[in-house]
Amino acid sequence: MSLFSKENGAVFTGPLNLNNPVAVQVLGICSALAVTSQLKPAIVMGLSVTVITAFSNVIISLLRKTIPNRIRIIVQLVVVAALVTIVSNILKAYVYDVSVQLSVYVGLIITNCILMGRLEAFAMQNGPWESFLDGIGNGLGYAFVLVVVGLLRELLGFGSILGFQIIPDSAYMDNGGLYINNGMMTMPAMALILVACFIWVHRAVNKEENK
Amino acid sequence: MEHFISLFVRSIFVDNMIFAFFLGMCSYLAVSKTVKTSLGLGIAVTFVLLITVPVDYLLQTKVLADGALAEGVDLTFLAFILFIAVIAAMVQLVEMIVEKFSPSLYNALGIFLPLIAVNCAIMGASLFMQQRILLDPETSTQAIGGVGDCVAYALGSGIGWTLAIVGLAAIREKMAYSDVPKPLQGLGITFITVGLMAMAFMCFSGLKL
Repeated sequence: MSLFSKENGAVFTGPLNLNNPVAVQVLGICSALAVTSQLKPAIVMGLSVTVITAFSNVIISLLRKTIPNRIRIIVQLVVVAALVTIVSNILKAYVYDVSVQLSVYVGLIITNCILMGRLEAFAMQNGPWESFLDGIGNGLGYAFVLVVVGLLRELLGFGSILGFQIIPDSAYMDNGGLYINNGMMTMPAMALILVACFIWVHRAVNKEENK
Repeated sequence: MEHFISLFVRSIFVDNMIFAFFLGMCSYLAVSKTVKTSLGLGIAVTFVLLITVPVDYLLQTKVLADGALAEGVDLTFLAFILFIAVIAAMVQLVEMIVEKFSPSLYNALGIFLPLIAVNCAIMGASLFMQQRILLDPETSTQAIGGVGDCVAYALGSGIGWTLAIVGLAAIREKMAYSDVPKPLQGLGITFITVGLMAMAFMCFSGLKL
């Protein structure tokens, strides 16, 4: 199979829309809800998961013929834990304030269902390059959902995007305008309802393909 | 004593694993179709928490922390790998116990019993414990200062998770007879229900113990 063949293209684009890990496969929900109160942690989290999924897919795919079946899960967990330790320390070194905001959720990437799900379902049966594409595709599909939810929550909850105030100060009720920030958007509960709406739109739009 | 009770009650209602931190959502959404299996899974999760959090606490303070094993030796970078190994081993143990004592529950839970090993709630509780060791018990009700605090925290978190999953299962059992719009069926309406339940649980955040 050539590097950029049609099948490989499908492996990459599938998770971006029709086989989206959060909306369709129902994986990786925990962190999709918890880190999206602002856009910046959402982007950092999405990128981290993409990188970790891609590389753990490649490593497990390279090892797939030599892992004994009984200790399969433990080997996968150890590989993912090692990668997460590396990424976690990189985040602490280069984007410390975001790393504090993400707190335990970086460590929880180890138990992120997307990783384990893709390792079991894809990397154990396919070659390294396809596994890499699958990892990147799923990671980006997940990051897409995170960015959409994070954008909405930050815009409606704080009136800013990435820290830049979008809604002008003069529009706020305190300053004589008519607008108030939607405080619920900063609360965890709203994240669930936003993801539900995302799934609703996704299913309605993809009605024809999703039969 | 007061600190134990405060930690315990806070972990059930205010710091609820599902509604405040969204840990353990995957198996939460998948298993919450009937009350009976939900209760079984909730009890299994509580049991695993009760064993792993104190063990990880001892690992953290006696082995991994800076200077614990020997002067100048800081092994905290091994925390993730060691915690997940402890959890995987404990879940294997619980699986064997459940298979022996309740084969019907074992069959009902199916794949979700070994999946407790990758349940974010278990790993999350240990990671939160790692953070809370650093808090000062005088000023913070969330601080963890010893194995007793760990047990209170683990028991509270487990009971909170069980409460959440049994509550959702009860609602979903009734919702099976409702007229939900097609694109919202299944996952969508479940998310909205959990969102509303989370909003309801927010009322506990003013709890002062």
